[in-house]
Amino acid sequence: MERIPIYKIGDILLVSIQIDLQDQDAMNLQDDLSNRVVETGAHGVVIDISALELVDSFIGRMLSTIAAVSRVLDARTVVVGMRPAVAITLVELGLSLPGVETALDVESGLALIASHLSDSEFIDAAVPGAALDD
Amino acid sequence: MVAATNGALIGSMTSDREGILADWEAAVRGSQRTGRSSPDLQSELSSLYDAILSGVGSGGDIRSEGMGEVRALLNEMSFARARQGYTPTETASAVFALKEPVRGRLPDQQMAEFVELSTLIDQLGLFTFETFAAARESVIMSQTEQLLELSTPVVKLWDGVLAVPLVGTLDSARTQVVMETLLQTLVDTGSAHAIIDITGVAAVDTQVAQHLLKTVVAARLMGAECIISGIRPQIAQTVVALGIEFGDIPTKATLADALRHVLRQAGFDIVRRNGERS
Repeated sequence: MERIPIYKIGDILLVSIQIDLQDQDAMNLQDDLSNRVVETGAHGVVIDISALELVDSFIGRMLSTIAAVSRVLDARTVVVGMRPAVAITLVELGLSLPGVETALDVESGLALIASHLSDSEFIDAAVPGAALDD
Repeated sequence: MVAATNGALIGSMTSDREGILADWEAAVRGSQRTGRSSPDLQSELSSLYDAILSGVGSGGDIRSEGMGEVRALLNEMSFARARQGYTPTETASAVFALKEPVRGRLPDQQMAEFVELSTLIDQLGLFTFETFAAARESVIMSQTEQLLELSTPVVKLWDGVLAVPLVGTLDSARTQVVMETLLQTLVDTGSAHAIIDITGVAAVDTQVAQHLLKTVVAARLMGAECIISGIRPQIAQTVVALGIEFGDIPTKATLADALRHVLRQAGFDIVRRNGERS
């Protein structure tokens, strides 16, 4: 059984899925990620699936669930790097991953979260004292 | 067909080769609207004639080893004619036209042999017909593919902005190609915006709308935003009449509007040099 590593970059958690996930791996990832979001108080989660050639409905639903769970924990989830073939398959399956934000690659995913953070009230929490300047 | 009984037939076909060929060529020429240059047809027929002769000599069923060369020649002939726009009748009757000259030169007591030759020629004619149809088929297939590729260009309008001008009808096969090309280009160019322009789409029904929505959702999954533009007034009315919902997908009347919208979103402002905004 594989553990998917979760990296913390500043205020954001980065998960790069490099192997085809078994259902159990997906469940573990969901658990680990929820724990880490709470531990670190992260405000953003970037999930890189550029190495995945196969995404079935189970993984699709897991991504939706992770996004929903993170949202409850006050973190935005961005799924990045989905391959064209995977996107077409998901659409044909009728899965549009509602509630999941997407970006082309990790870089634009990080930028997307950063832009959300900078124009929200998170700035108070992220940079103590920032609010005092106004 | 026993070779011995064919002796006389082959004999007279060999001895009067030139005469039969000339008559044959004249008959073929008479049955065709579009004339080909004389040496071309002549050499084609004479090599076919020799191949048939040796095929008959070797005991000739059309599927047999001895008729291999005949089949190859007929193949070539049918393919060439299919491409040049001959009708199937013209192509097949070129083969059938061999009967008359041979019949004219045979004494009546060789009628039985002629009937067998005639049967063989019928088979050859049918074979020509089949190859002709197959050739047409392959021409049509390759044209369809070319049309698919031609009709789905993905163009770059701006850094990070792609446009797909759709022309013609939008069926499942087209949508598949459009979707694949668009998504691949999104990845290759790292573009975050795509405009699907349907100015050239003849009609939009629920199925076409479904295809468009699929493409937009697939692009969204990859992290790119899609806009649908080029909606003509009649199309807009049809869409409303059919109750098609584009949901939260932005739709614009023209490609220009769509490009302006995308540039705004990307943080660009289009400003006239004297400072006036457009």
